Amino acid sequence: MGSGNGELLNLTLKVWRQKNSKAKGSFETHQLKGISTDMSFLEMFDVLNEQLIHEGKEAIAFDHDCREGICGMCSMYINGRPHGPKGAVTTCQLHMRSFKNNDTIVVEPWRSVAFPVIKDLVVDRSAFDRIVASGGYVSVNTGNAKDANNILIPKPAADDAFAAAACIGCGACVATCKNGSAMLFVSAKVSQLALLPQGQVERKERVLKMVQQMDEEGFGNCTNTGACEAECPKEISLENIARMNREMIGASLK
Amino acid sequence: MASSPKLDSKIPEGPIDQKWSKYRSTVALVNPANKRSLEVLVVGSGLAGASAAATLAEMGYKVKVFCFQDSPRRAHSIAAQGGINAAKNYQNDGDSTYRLFYDTIKGGDYRAREGNVYRLAEVSSNIIDQCVAQGVPLAREYGGLLSNRSFGGTQVQRTFYAAGQTGQQLLLGAYSALQRQVGMGAVELCARHEMLDVVTIDGKARGIIARNLITGAMEKHFGHAVLLCTGGYGNVFYLSTNAMGSNVTAAWKAHKKGAFFGNPCYTQIHPTCIPVSGDHQSKLTLMSESLRNDGRIWVPKKKDDNRKPTDIPEEERDYYLERRYPAFGNLVPRDVASRAAKERCDAGYGVGASKKAVYLDFAFNTIRYGKTEAAKLNLHNPSQEEIVRLGKEVIKEKYGNLFDMYQQITGENPYEVPMRIYPAVHYTMGGLWVDYNLMTTVPGLYALGEANFSDHGANRLGASALMQGLADGYFVIPYTLGVYLSGEVSRMSAEKDKADSIDKLKTKHPEFDKALEEQTALINKFLSIKGTKSVESFHKRLGLIMWEKCGMARNKQGLTEAIGEIQALREEFWKDVRVLGDANEFNPDLEKAGRVADFIELGELMCKDALHREESCGGHFREEHQEADGEAKRDDEHFKYVAAWEFKNTSNWELHKEELVYENIKIAQRSYK
Ligand SMILES: Cc1cc2nc3c(=O)[nH]c(=O)nc-3n(C[C@H](O)[C@H](O)[C@H](O)COP(=O)(O)OP(=O)(O)OC[C@H]3O[C@@H](n4cnc5c(N)ncnc54)[C@H](O)[C@@H]3O)c2cc1C
Ligand code: SF4
Ligand code: FES
Repeated sequence: MGSGNGELLNLTLKVWRQKNSKAKGSFETHQLKGISTDMSFLEMFDVLNEQLIHEGKEAIAFDHDCREGICGMCSMYINGRPHGPKGAVTTCQLHMRSFKNNDTIVVEPWRSVAFPVIKDLVVDRSAFDRIVASGGYVSVNTGNAKDANNILIPKPAADDAFAAAACIGCGACVATCKNGSAMLFVSAKVSQLALLPQGQVERKERVLKMVQQMDEEGFGNCTNTGACEAECPKEISLENIARMNREMIGASLK
Repeated sequence: MASSPKLDSKIPEGPIDQKWSKYRSTVALVNPANKRSLEVLVVGSGLAGASAAATLAEMGYKVKVFCFQDSPRRAHSIAAQGGINAAKNYQNDGDSTYRLFYDTIKGGDYRAREGNVYRLAEVSSNIIDQCVAQGVPLAREYGGLLSNRSFGGTQVQRTFYAAGQTGQQLLLGAYSALQRQVGMGAVELCARHEMLDVVTIDGKARGIIARNLITGAMEKHFGHAVLLCTGGYGNVFYLSTNAMGSNVTAAWKAHKKGAFFGNPCYTQIHPTCIPVSGDHQSKLTLMSESLRNDGRIWVPKKKDDNRKPTDIPEEERDYYLERRYPAFGNLVPRDVASRAAKERCDAGYGVGASKKAVYLDFAFNTIRYGKTEAAKLNLHNPSQEEIVRLGKEVIKEKYGNLFDMYQQITGENPYEVPMRIYPAVHYTMGGLWVDYNLMTTVPGLYALGEANFSDHGANRLGASALMQGLADGYFVIPYTLGVYLSGEVSRMSAEKDKADSIDKLKTKHPEFDKALEEQTALINKFLSIKGTKSVESFHKRLGLIMWEKCGMARNKQGLTEAIGEIQALREEFWKDVRVLGDANEFNPDLEKAGRVADFIELGELMCKDALHREESCGGHFREEHQEADGEAKRDDEHFKYVAAWEFKNTSNWELHKEELVYENIKIAQRSYK
């Protein structure tokens, strides 16, 4: 009984189809009837896929898992914007009440050199995992920890670290950036650990290693367009990039 | 009753508070040089898998990790909202290891093992220390100390949290520890891989068959031990708070290779989820139990009251949990709260269009917080609007992301109108049977986290699954795995000169090829049926049977019918399912076909387990067994055991019983009044 209130939409969908990473892709057009405004965007895709299977055609591949905006798996580029027209939501949280009857909706995969297409709307984001593996951690083996309350953390620092740590690793920031830069993603992790006492020992080394890995993965340079912040479903702030730039300077000076 | 000889729980001797510490300091160890030649396969990268893999790699074992998502960071642990328990007693409110142990056993309705649960409570504190050391930003007070909140079924504040994203933060902590080991080359990561079978040789687990989900390639992986950390099976109900990909396949295939399945019918229906909005619904979204700290649950006193909730005066509202359970009020355990909501809705007092919902209302505590904030700010005679504004800020700070999520889904603003909520399938207490070492009935095969049956009895208390997953991975398996692997070390040295020893053959052993062929044939079978109905449609139908007949309330007739219906559904599936595309490509529909086939078989076993358990306990409510006031009626004389099912062949299982012994806690009728 949401504000959509049972309204039904007829839609035209233009969806990117690509058999595999090597194939050349193209758009495919589908008509959908009677889509409830209470549906989520991915539920609308479920309906489309059921329709395709019924017609004997292969379903459209897309990434998704939690469907509640936290796993970072869903990744559709909708009408020219990652995660669609609404700010601060993931594709799976977007609901059809954000669309109108007879709308045409264009859906593409994330497009970026560092995120090759696997199939249809599915891309390979493993570069993010490799960046974290290069230094996005505190080196503490299990069993070495002191009592948690021995580390006092002022609430503002804890809150800022938490805000940066809220990144879901979806890659929308990269997809929207004309340079394909991963600065927002990397700076969020660098910031989280730079703000906390636990992250101090490896602070300089961490930022250098993560930025080096980022460059090796083929992500572009940041030219401060701010598109990433505007499209980030978790509203990760550009301040993180500024902080990372300061961290870089600090680390290079030694 | 004596336990079945096939089920040795291996609980160490001695007083409860010394069992683990003594065992831990006397178990066999594996020396560092040998660790490097031992390979461990960890299937799953959630809290249990990531913590186990990182820790075992730190210790020197060669580790491989598998997950079906594109990154280990996306395991469904990421979605846990409310918090994680630990007996730190930071609030000085009388908490202790014993109290956490006691609450967990009682919460589980006296159907969990004392030895396991005590160990869990014991290591709970270490978990918080470990996570904080990793940089997990748990909530803090202004003085810089950690903050706590309350969860259901307890009267102390022992729950640590990170806003409504506790699982995310804990998982990212474990993921970073895991990635550190990946970076160091100690862990090999196999993301977008689905385990399809366990390979057993001479009765021992020796590896797995996995499908590379990108290329469709079928792969053989060898391991001296295999750890299944593959999560719960709530998706057997189709609609649940689990992720779309959550499945039982790994556990189920292990079950068919000899691992007994413990208490399959124990499922948890969570009381506070966003209600179903229509047939298109693909999953349900939880509204964290932590909301019950500040939200009061009510329905109108009048049936079919169609007024707006804000127009219904206080005296015409029935705060039924506070009425029925004055001692715990809105914080009764989940099973109790869920049944109470169902009872009100069935009796005609439900709200919303479907009438299958109750209100969760924050107005009262918004005002209360507003007044406190006004006092803190030294505002004298603040206006009502000012109080409400300040109160909303506090609510936002505590639950902001949950309120946003609610608004996204329903289109309603929960700061202004009460949330509408209804119970939904959330967690499965049942799982692979394991002993104290977390080993299944197949030597060398382990189960950790939600995938095992171990610590929550018939009902899990909130904030204790995160605790269990991390306890298993960080603090239990690193010790208990050595018990088995030290034996492997001896065997390896005895077989050093044997040309066809498993250590030399590894995946060249014929059993690997056999398993690979079987799984390849299965995949080809799905693709060759070319029927008329989608995989999805079978899943939906299975879910409906399970929810109607093996859900919140169960009875003999319904369960008997369900078993017949599920068997018929299975036959229809194998005749008429339509799976398109190829085996050698990325093919989500094919992945799902395998998962649904396994869910159908599991569904039948769940109904059989529910049918055989002629009592009500925790999340398992048999309508035939209730007190006059509708409370669950346990039968300790006949059912104080773990039901562990051995797979024989299709539709055929043998029941084994592990008797539960209570030496430290006096078993009693559970009461939250
Ligand atoms: C919405 C929600 C909120 C929750 N909130 C709380 C809370 O506040 N507090 C609390 O204590 N508990 C909570 N729980 C419960 C808790 O989150 C889970 O029980 C716990 O996180 C499970 O962790 P796990 O490591 O066992 O499994 P998961 O995190 O589910 O991980 C399973 C892993 O196994 C992999 N996998 C599965 N099958 C295969 C296969 N066949 N092949 C390869 N890989 C496979 C997956 O890829 C994944 O990596 C919540 C649960 C849900 C659903
Ligand atoms: S910074 Fe934002 S857009 Fe980028 S990966 Fe993180 S959550 Fe996604
Ligand atoms: S599916 Fe998990 S964030 Fe969208």
